[in-house]
Amino acid sequence: MGYDAPADLSSGISACPACVAAPSAQRLAALQRPETARLILSLPTAHCAVCMSTVEGALKAHPGVSSARVNLTLKRVSVEAEADVTAAQLAEVLEAVGYEAHELDPGLLSMTETDRQGREILMRLGVAFFAMMNIMLLSVAVWSGAEAATRDMFHWISALIAIPTVAFVGQPFFKSAWAALRVGRLGMDVPISLALILASSISLYETMHSGEKAYFDAAVMLAFFLLLGRYLDHRSRALARSAAEELAALEVPRAIVLQDGQEFLRPIAQVAKGDLVLVRPGGRMPVDGVVVEGASEVDRGLLTGESLPAFAGPGLAVSAGEVNLTGPLTLRVTAAGRDSSLHRMADLVAVAESARNRYTTLAERAARIYSPLVHILSFSAFAFWLWKTGGDVRFAVNISAAVLIITCPCALGLAVPAVVTAASGKLFRKGVLIKNGTALERLAEVDVVVFDKTGTLTLGTPTPSNLDTVSAQDQSVALALAKASSHPLAMALAGHISGVPAPVTDLREVPGYGIEGQLNGHTVRLGRAAWVGVEGLAQTATYLAIASQDPVPFAFTDQIRPGAELAIVGLTLQGKRIKLVSGDTEAAVRAFASQVGIADWVAGALPAEKAAIVRGLADQGHKVLMVGDGLNDTAALAAAHVSISPAQALDAARVASDIVLLGRDLSAIADATRIARQATKRMVENFQISAAYNVIAVPLALMGGATPLAAALAMSLSSITVSLNALRLR
Amino acid sequence: MQILTVLIPVSLFLGFIGLVAFIWAMRTLQFDDPEGDASRILTKDYDDKPAP
Repeated sequence: MGYDAPADLSSGISACPACVAAPSAQRLAALQRPETARLILSLPTAHCAVCMSTVEGALKAHPGVSSARVNLTLKRVSVEAEADVTAAQLAEVLEAVGYEAHELDPGLLSMTETDRQGREILMRLGVAFFAMMNIMLLSVAVWSGAEAATRDMFHWISALIAIPTVAFVGQPFFKSAWAALRVGRLGMDVPISLALILASSISLYETMHSGEKAYFDAAVMLAFFLLLGRYLDHRSRALARSAAEELAALEVPRAIVLQDGQEFLRPIAQVAKGDLVLVRPGGRMPVDGVVVEGASEVDRGLLTGESLPAFAGPGLAVSAGEVNLTGPLTLRVTAAGRDSSLHRMADLVAVAESARNRYTTLAERAARIYSPLVHILSFSAFAFWLWKTGGDVRFAVNISAAVLIITCPCALGLAVPAVVTAASGKLFRKGVLIKNGTALERLAEVDVVVFDKTGTLTLGTPTPSNLDTVSAQDQSVALALAKASSHPLAMALAGHISGVPAPVTDLREVPGYGIEGQLNGHTVRLGRAAWVGVEGLAQTATYLAIASQDPVPFAFTDQIRPGAELAIVGLTLQGKRIKLVSGDTEAAVRAFASQVGIADWVAGALPAEKAAIVRGLADQGHKVLMVGDGLNDTAALAAAHVSISPAQALDAARVASDIVLLGRDLSAIADATRIARQATKRMVENFQISAAYNVIAVPLALMGGATPLAAALAMSLSSITVSLNALRLR
Repeated sequence: MQILTVLIPVSLFLGFIGLVAFIWAMRTLQFDDPEGDASRILTKDYDDKPAP
């Protein structure tokens, strides 16, 4: 998405001239207007009838909501509500009944174009099915021995159904064949179109001359099966596209702009360099900027992988994507939108991605061999029989049409889409979204898995790790102090210390430093190391100082993401090498690596180093799967053979990866690699099956022994076996 | 064989009804949420409104 910078900020939304040029800006502006709003939330964990009624019931009970409807196929709920109802409130409501929910931007979810294409293919499919069934009915009579006038009549009726059907249904093939021929290539669609046209016209000719053989049934059946494959292909593409749209829609970026002492909520697109932007505690920096007012701590985890919060005060620079932790900050914008560091990183990714698009799929490789082979076979059969029969064009054309029909590329046209659909459907139910069409095949080749730590293998939420070494009295003082703060470390402490808080009075939060209070006439402090007067530990920690005693450190470790250990064990069992590459400090990474059982780890890696490590592995001939979530991972994600990121990852990271995990659970990664390998195996099997059919049927056709019955049998049998094989995925 | 002049148009007509029904179902978005519709029939809450 691109944002245009508004020409005139002070005149407000309605006069923004860039809005006309940038529909996204207009859409974002529309989001602010107080009207009955339509909200869309994604529901990655919904899966059953009970889920639907729970979700709809809970939402309808929320004041201001007029209707809610779950779409279980897309795992979304669309809500009609009054303007003051926000998606965040609804997400909370759903969280309370046990469903994860993320806001989606309705404007980005425009499915109309793909919808129309899908329906068009489906319509052709319906017509082809109707025609195929009716012609088949008539053909059965011919096969069972209808003669003379009866057979001619049946052929004529078949022709009446088949010719318009082929003309209508074959259009997608004819169009793409024509496009391929014009640039001098032989795609898959050239032999298909040739087979359709040749079979129809030779059959019509035969019918006119009361001939015995007519391939109307075969022509229509060929069109049906290939359209079916094309529809499946379209559907998995549409699903991937809508998934990508959904991810783009996950982030609805807005910023609070300060103008003449007043706060305005503005879309990021309308924030310009030099504006003052207010960032509340808990909020993510929408822009790059310099702090002009306020003191706080910022979490740079997503950008650098550090788990230790950094201090932010007047004069210090902050970048978009960092999370403000304690106090409100006012920023002077130095770069917004397209120029911000977030977007510059995304541009880097786009460059790396184009390299990946050069990957040739199995189907493409097979098509390259298949297409010329079919033409050579068909034309040599034509030439041979023309010579053999001494110039009988009718007979020779008959044979070459039969060859084209028999070698129907059903394995390519139907089997591969069927496998991809089955596999991506299976993975979608496990909460794994395949964004890229070739990702499944690339995932199957992976032999090294590189993990990021913060936010990927961990949730990014701290838990105190050394409570058992701290005395009960210190703990109760810390509890009293921690309860008064909303800093994530303080909240983690408050949640983990049990017991009665000490009677601390005059509690006061010092933004950016910590919290202090009075206990029995002494000052007690909980906060940053420098503030309580002590040398900081190497890991994330907060420090408690009671009067003049030595300060007590409370160390924190990150909570492991659910399923992380399972994923690591699963991947190890599949024989994959596992590597942990983190931007965090050595102590934190070492402790974590031993906890989850990864022997091979690198700490303190800069974004460029991460990408270099991945590239180094690739140069050694390894196929690398990169799993990461932060901005510091994007370059590595793009450099890897295939990449996965969790849904909570930054926009840029999700854009860079091929696969996105919708749920919180990581164990799906092991399933994904297993299913991908199985899917590739099924594809190869399907090629073998159809090759076997061709080995039997093609010589028959070349000898002139391919009756319409044999053609119909060979085609339907091979199509059905490859489809059934595709469904065998576990 | 006279029967064929009746039976063939009849079979074609029946097939055509099926085709028209399919196209109608597609036009009216009956395939919008197949999974949801399959589950929705199992829910106990009464739903008297079509999808928005």
